[in-house]
Amino acid sequence: MSRCCNEFSRSSLLRQAVAEAGSGLPVIEPGMPVAAGTGLDRRDVLLRSAGLALAVYGAGALSLPGFEDGILDAAEAGPAQPVLVSVFLDGGADSLSLLAPVADPDYRRLRPRLALPDSGLVFSEDTRLRWHPAAAALRTLHLEGKLTVLPTVGYTDADQSHFTSRHYWEVGATNPGLRTGWLGRYLDKAGRPDNPLQGLSLDGELAPPLATKHAPVAALRGADGYQFWAPGVWGEVESEMLETLGPLGRGRGAGDRALASISGVSTEAARLRNQLAPFNGKGFGSPVVYPKDRTGFPQKLAGLAALLAGGLPLRCVALRGHGSYDTHADQADDLSEGLRLTGESLLAFQRDLEARGLADRVLTLVWSEFGRRGEENGSRGTDHGAAGVAMLMGSRARGQMIGELPRLHDALDRNGNLKPSVDYRSIYTSLLEQWFDFDAAAAIPNAKAFRRVQLVR
Amino acid sequence: MYRGRFGPKQAERLLWRAGFGPRRGEAEALAKKGLDGAVHELTRSGGQRFHGPAPKDERGRRIAPRDAWGHDHLWWLDRMVRGNRPLMERMTLVWHDWFATSNEGVGSQGLMLRQNALFRRHWLGNFKELTLAVTHDPAMLLWLSGTENSKWSPNENYARELMELFTLGAGRGYSERDVREQARALTGWRNDWREGVGPTRFRFDRERHDLGMKRVFGRRGRFGWHDAVRLCVTHPRHPSFFVPKLWSYFIPVAPPRATKASLERLYVRNRYAVRPVVEAILRHPLLYDGPRMVKPPVVYTAGLLRAAGRGIDTESWTWLCSNAGQQLFYPPNVSGWNDERWLDTATYLARWDIAGRVTRPAALDPNKVQAPYDADKLLERALGFWGDPPLAPGTKRVLHRYTQRALARANSNWKRKSYPALVENSLRHLIAVSPDLQTS
Repeated sequence: MSRCCNEFSRSSLLRQAVAEAGSGLPVIEPGMPVAAGTGLDRRDVLLRSAGLALAVYGAGALSLPGFEDGILDAAEAGPAQPVLVSVFLDGGADSLSLLAPVADPDYRRLRPRLALPDSGLVFSEDTRLRWHPAAAALRTLHLEGKLTVLPTVGYTDADQSHFTSRHYWEVGATNPGLRTGWLGRYLDKAGRPDNPLQGLSLDGELAPPLATKHAPVAALRGADGYQFWAPGVWGEVESEMLETLGPLGRGRGAGDRALASISGVSTEAARLRNQLAPFNGKGFGSPVVYPKDRTGFPQKLAGLAALLAGGLPLRCVALRGHGSYDTHADQADDLSEGLRLTGESLLAFQRDLEARGLADRVLTLVWSEFGRRGEENGSRGTDHGAAGVAMLMGSRARGQMIGELPRLHDALDRNGNLKPSVDYRSIYTSLLEQWFDFDAAAAIPNAKAFRRVQLVR
Repeated sequence: MYRGRFGPKQAERLLWRAGFGPRRGEAEALAKKGLDGAVHELTRSGGQRFHGPAPKDERGRRIAPRDAWGHDHLWWLDRMVRGNRPLMERMTLVWHDWFATSNEGVGSQGLMLRQNALFRRHWLGNFKELTLAVTHDPAMLLWLSGTENSKWSPNENYARELMELFTLGAGRGYSERDVREQARALTGWRNDWREGVGPTRFRFDRERHDLGMKRVFGRRGRFGWHDAVRLCVTHPRHPSFFVPKLWSYFIPVAPPRATKASLERLYVRNRYAVRPVVEAILRHPLLYDGPRMVKPPVVYTAGLLRAAGRGIDTESWTWLCSNAGQQLFYPPNVSGWNDERWLDTATYLARWDIAGRVTRPAALDPNKVQAPYDADKLLERALGFWGDPPLAPGTKRVLHRYTQRALARANSNWKRKSYPALVENSLRHLIAVSPDLQTS
């Protein structure tokens, strides 16, 4: 039996094929990565990246337009390019469990069965709050000043449909008709016309925040998953065959919309294949150990770090976090499992970036479509709420709480849901300006209406 | 009404738009009947027959569409591949997309297949009857909370989608109040849950139905579920929703204003019968002269299997089609598949894999087969593998150039012997992913 509500399942736009579930990125081969600082110095890393690039560049037959651009882009502008990773907690994560107000007299009244014990990990910025026991990794990041927490983020008159509220977050406006994502609109303005890697979805299908109008973006299942296999063809014939992908798609021109879309996608697929060729069949060389699991979330992050280390020109990346957060029933177990693996994977990703010297270039935004009802329901779960929790991780994240969780007596609206202390578009506009040095008004409708918050240091 | 030439080329396009493409020789045979004869054959053909062996998995076992994951997809794909009533399958697919129900929320392949039989029964029937039947179809009752909708706690889920997605269109001729009142009219359905069986005994229960007065579209009455559907289908703005939506499944540009108006009149005059509208669309010049359409993933897959003369002999089609963006019985949401999003870099790779899987069992072994060291002949042979589909000159040119380049790589005796077979294999694959075969 499904443990989530009906309406939720129809909103799962990024559902992965069950047959493919868990294939994700391959597990890191034991012993293969050389830990940072133990024999592999920075120069080696750089040489290795250059070696990768050269191996491809030097193969001669690979001369598709755009490939050289991609490498050049990475080599010249790469290190300075900031990267934003969007991690979506699907289903509406319960902020009152992630940071539990154990000292609040109303907490136990609202959550007689689900309340967390007082003896938890203290949240250093507000000692009334305790981290969820499964969120120890997040607490570590927070204590190091690398995690900004927004305990009550949302928007006024929150829509309690997964479908709609998630859409609002994805497009960066409370406008059901908007067809481009907030990051997609940024890429349309600031991106390149020839680099699909600038907007990369790691869940196999286009992640809606990255949906653009013009700029090419890409979706893949994993850094080593983009391989074209041809039965009964190999060697030189196969190389010639795969070089024909792009020309074949463009062969009969772009006379109408269908032909134009084939022509465009063949060109992008051919370019992507070349850009990712260095990763095929090789490990990621991760300098840290990622948690193991079936869903591939940690493997995707490991692959992402390797792509960045390889100098590929990524700018905005989107994927789903581990777990199902639509906890209408028996919340405790589901939430623990989701939070633990998501938190531990994020910590490993941060350590990986630090070891590879990339940590100053990457910020990771963790968000969910809404929070949950203050009061628990009759099934040891919680129903859809309003304001929820978001986090921003990275060495350049300011690391100080934005907004607040007031006394529950004052924090709940008349429906018993948390009121937002920060609008989610405050995060978007502030990130665009502070991280991408980009005019937020060009991507977020009515940008001036949202208070800017200091997110980046 | 299309008055141009109706030759094999036009017949081929008709077979793609109203079905899953031709088997070997079918386009020529259909062309001989002329346009009217061809449309008649598609819309009025007799009983269902299947050509070729029954579907099975890799190990030769029969498929289990009600029980095994993904076998529901195989079961329907098989009907598309082997059946002789392509338009019936295609209309069933249209209704599956129109009243998009996903097993993700229903959780019963048996109930999904039951809904599929409903769609098939009403394929070119009456839209009002179809909508009435859908309204109390068990899968739909579960999917859009129909059995959770009672007079004590109304649930607006079905009422809203009935108007927004099935009959009127968002913001067209109804208010939030109509949604609430229609939800009341639709109250009364319920089901039981039995351990080991799941949801069962779907029925109307008067006790749960709200007998009070309702006000819908400005009319007052003690409306029930029949009325709720009737009020939507007879709403003055329903025909202008129905016609362009149905049209869009066959022709990728909007109908001209006059055509749209006359189809709406035709639809109302025939008391919401679907058949005359579909017949008129299939005879419209824009189907033959208009722009090409990207084939939906299952149409593409079924079509390649038909052209190659292969049946269902592996379970792979389920996850391959899913990767390409279309697993049957799992539309992404209640508004169906987004046919503007069939192609991106990930689904393109999936289509490449589908083409490779179709050709794999027949791949030539260069140690056993010697193919001609001749570009023209290799291309001709590879086209023959797919039943000689027409290719545009531009596509042929690219393939020809590739063939010459690949053959030129053979700089030794053994390569001159073995490369032609490899090239022929690769040409079959490349033809299948060419723009010509991915669109119709």
